[in-house]
Amino acid sequence: MWSFFHKLGSPPWLYRIAGTILRWLLPITLVALCVGMTWGLLYTAPDFRQGNSYRIIYIHVPAAVVALAGYYVMALAGAVSLIWKMKMADVAMKACAPIGAALTFIALVTGAIWGKPTWGTWWVWDARITSMLILLFLYLGVVALYEAYDNKEAAGKACAVLSLVGMVNIPIIYKSVDWWYSLHQPASIKFTGDSTIDPSMLYPLLLMIAAFYAVFTCCLLMNMRAEILEREARTNWVKKLALEYRT
Amino acid sequence: MYFDSVEAALSMAGHGGYVWSAYAISLLVVALILLAPRRRQRKLLRRLAGEQKRRQQGHTAMEEGI
Repeated sequence: MWSFFHKLGSPPWLYRIAGTILRWLLPITLVALCVGMTWGLLYTAPDFRQGNSYRIIYIHVPAAVVALAGYYVMALAGAVSLIWKMKMADVAMKACAPIGAALTFIALVTGAIWGKPTWGTWWVWDARITSMLILLFLYLGVVALYEAYDNKEAAGKACAVLSLVGMVNIPIIYKSVDWWYSLHQPASIKFTGDSTIDPSMLYPLLLMIAAFYAVFTCCLLMNMRAEILEREARTNWVKKLALEYRT
Repeated sequence: MYFDSVEAALSMAGHGGYVWSAYAISLLVVALILLAPRRRQRKLLRRLAGEQKRRQQGHTAMEEGI
């Protein structure tokens, strides 16, 4: 157990194991994404009230779900790097931020496009939508804060604190549709009790959620690999890797 | 397939523009975040390889007394 944690802190080991995982995960991710999108776009029946515009659900919900889950990963990595000063946790935290921002962006844009034919408006300052916008700013804030410092150790600390403080926003996003009167519909998938969604629509949705989790994991590992190489640029193993890359 | 023809799939009874543009934008962003780290890594490795090559050439030049 402890040797596993020890290895986890070793940059070359992490770089190699991430590469091995990616060799399998990346093709699976792309296939799942293609199958899920085609399924949702062409092989499901339209919603009886919203018509075809509801097909946006197959990207909107997965993007939003994974954007929130990604925030947990980022905050957890930030906490680990603050408490145990684990360098690789700092790498993971920095790697999460741009992916989370991109996914939140997708959720907001697809939500706006979905809102136009359904509610007749692109945007309302509604609790769910506004709290998601704050999530986007939190992600972008971490990216910007990292760039703002010359001292990368101080940057890591500041970003970890920011992402931990930003955790306050997460339960607000989850509960916003219950706490406030909202245009946004409440969740259709429930862990307890029956989901209010037909199985023929649920399966492609679950596949797309899985695909977006896989996209997040792939991007996280690739960002971490690039970051590790950059930080370890002066070490012998990276130099050797660079030479092999040339030939 | 749910739709009868390609035209029907494209128009989606008037919602096609919304649905297809939402999918297109999302796919673009996903492609971007998947490709960005690969590009960054390739750039870095190429730069490091170039630096090493130059350093090696510098060493051999010194050994030959030039």
